[in-house]
Amino acid sequence: MPLLEVKDLHTSFFTDAGEVKAVNGVSFTLDSGKVLGIVGESGSGKSVTAYSIMQILASTGKIVGGSIKLHGEELVGADEKVMKTVRGNKVSIIFQDPMTSLNPTYTIGKQLMEAIMLHTNRTKKEAWDRAVEMLRLVNVNEPEKRMKQYPFEFSGGMRQRVMIAMALACEPDILIADEPTTALDVTIQAQILELMKSLQEELGMAIIMITHDLGVVAQMCDEVIVMYAGSICEQGTADEIFYNPRHEYTKGLLRSIPTANTAGSKLQPITGTPIDLLNMPAGCPFAPRCDAAMKVCIKNKPIRMEINNEHQAACWMNVKAGVDDGSISRSEDGQISFEIDDLSYIDEGKETTNE
Amino acid sequence: MSELQKETPLIEVKNLKEYFNINVGLFRTKPLKAVDNVSFSIRKGETLGLVGESGCGKTTVGRTILNLYKPTAGEILYNGKPVKTRADIAEFRRKATMVFQDPYSSLNPRMTVADIIGEPLDIHKMYKTKEERNARILELMGHVGLNSEHAARYAHEFSGGQRQRIGIARALAINPEFIVCDEPVSALDVSIQAQVINMLDELQEKLGLTYLFIAHDLLVVRHISDRIAVMYLGKMVELADADEIYDHPLHPYSQSLLSAVPVPDPKIARANQRIALSGDIPSPLNAPSGCPFRTRCPYATEKCAAEMPAFKEIKPGHFVACHKVDEEN
Repeated sequence: MPLLEVKDLHTSFFTDAGEVKAVNGVSFTLDSGKVLGIVGESGSGKSVTAYSIMQILASTGKIVGGSIKLHGEELVGADEKVMKTVRGNKVSIIFQDPMTSLNPTYTIGKQLMEAIMLHTNRTKKEAWDRAVEMLRLVNVNEPEKRMKQYPFEFSGGMRQRVMIAMALACEPDILIADEPTTALDVTIQAQILELMKSLQEELGMAIIMITHDLGVVAQMCDEVIVMYAGSICEQGTADEIFYNPRHEYTKGLLRSIPTANTAGSKLQPITGTPIDLLNMPAGCPFAPRCDAAMKVCIKNKPIRMEINNEHQAACWMNVKAGVDDGSISRSEDGQISFEIDDLSYIDEGKETTNE
Repeated sequence: MSELQKETPLIEVKNLKEYFNINVGLFRTKPLKAVDNVSFSIRKGETLGLVGESGCGKTTVGRTILNLYKPTAGEILYNGKPVKTRADIAEFRRKATMVFQDPYSSLNPRMTVADIIGEPLDIHKMYKTKEERNARILELMGHVGLNSEHAARYAHEFSGGQRQRIGIARALAINPEFIVCDEPVSALDVSIQAQVINMLDELQEKLGLTYLFIAHDLLVVRHISDRIAVMYLGKMVELADADEIYDHPLHPYSQSLLSAVPVPDPKIARANQRIALSGDIPSPLNAPSGCPFRTRCPYATEKCAAEMPAFKEIKPGHFVACHKVDEEN
């Protein structure tokens, strides 16, 4: 049994302007001891996926479908009492901005002890000892002295360490890290990532790493999910995603980042602007920005296709390739009907119909 | 190098200092040395990248060059002539301008796009008739890939990438020679970043612009810059050609900074040996004596605490401020 199993998750926000489908049919599993990266740009639904697992959505947000199973236990529709035993104990989260996630009016020690005493039966004295131990674990110098200090006396990197200490104090099975280093400088980012990696190996927990930085993913993650407009475009092992991308969006992302070899030449950006979640196209959400879009992409949302046993992608290009060499297999048994001659490029100029 | 040195640089900064007075007691202030004795020059048509971590003074350098802050000491030369008096500054500002980091807060929400882009034209009285003004605004919008139908809209109707295009069109309005780009793409999504970087590149070629490109994303800076300067705690520690500084960084800080950049390639990332720095950046209010980096430097000696190393040309065009590097070369 996987540690976490998310199946066909749909989360929507009900705003005055209409229903915003922030997460639209997301499925994945996470095994213990693995680091899963979720990449995507703002509005792709990567954070909402995580917040849905924790059920800490804003008041307008609601899980409208699907299932989230932790240790086989269903969390969607679970009682708030159950969720309270999940949050902090089994699944912890650290947020992007360590400056605003700590209460400025309480000492670091009090905030750490509060988290520990809320989730365990420790006495005040035991909680203090545990907090000091946790600060030592995340390499905060002079933890006893630091316990009595306030957040403003800590630098950004130190505050993020405190957040990690707080999240790990109850030894969760899963740590969700929502852009944990985006607000930090590179040398501090390197320290924090190194720390997370070593703690993960030491404590054997699973990490869900939410980020927009493909560099962080390459460094940290075993498996990667690429999201666009609330759906998963592609998922697989880090090596498969980076060296064998099979979705046009992933390919575009990888092409558009500057590297040592692009100096002096033009970057290859993804054209167009990010999608408006209130006006989602019927077909593939990425089709309006995709250079290789075919007629089928406009009409039909691509299903998830299995590239190999450690790699899945939702892109009609794979069907086209599969039709061309007859090698595609599907991960879901549902039939999808489309005219085979729809597999022609929209752009009349590069029409390459099959048959 | 010698040929290039003969040519007068477009911008020359000499021993620039910018101190802010910070209240530390009821009636006591203490200078915060945001920029401390920085010298460099930018050739015409060149892009100089300025990198460093938050609080190192890179933005302050950009703003002080444009006289948005009055320099505490030091000189700024434009085409070899000092920018000092009010008349100098007014003239300089007709040729030098800025693109800001945050496309959300740097555009007035109550002005239409046409008025935002037209404002510099109004200020510098750069048109005779209304038609001329409108034509110029449309031309500028064309430069940055906006349609004429966008002119009557407000900033909030645009995405981040398009807002940054508006900010760039506004900067281009005065026909500048020199633009300070202060983190122009760091607020944008990866897929949009590349669009804006390419546009800055194309505009530079087309209009012969010179950039001071301030950023903390070292991959972006390497892509766009001809030369790169590294700052730490208000001081410049290294300056060299972009390839040279990436392939052979000499200053221990540059070395660790570059090794800390996460490379978007799993195999390289796994093999990469990061030079981890211990500790945090000291507060600029209590900067260490001597070399500012010595508290985190693995090679620090007594000499580093005693005196600030000079910013010296170690190889042609490669400047470093480090005792260790100086002794080895």
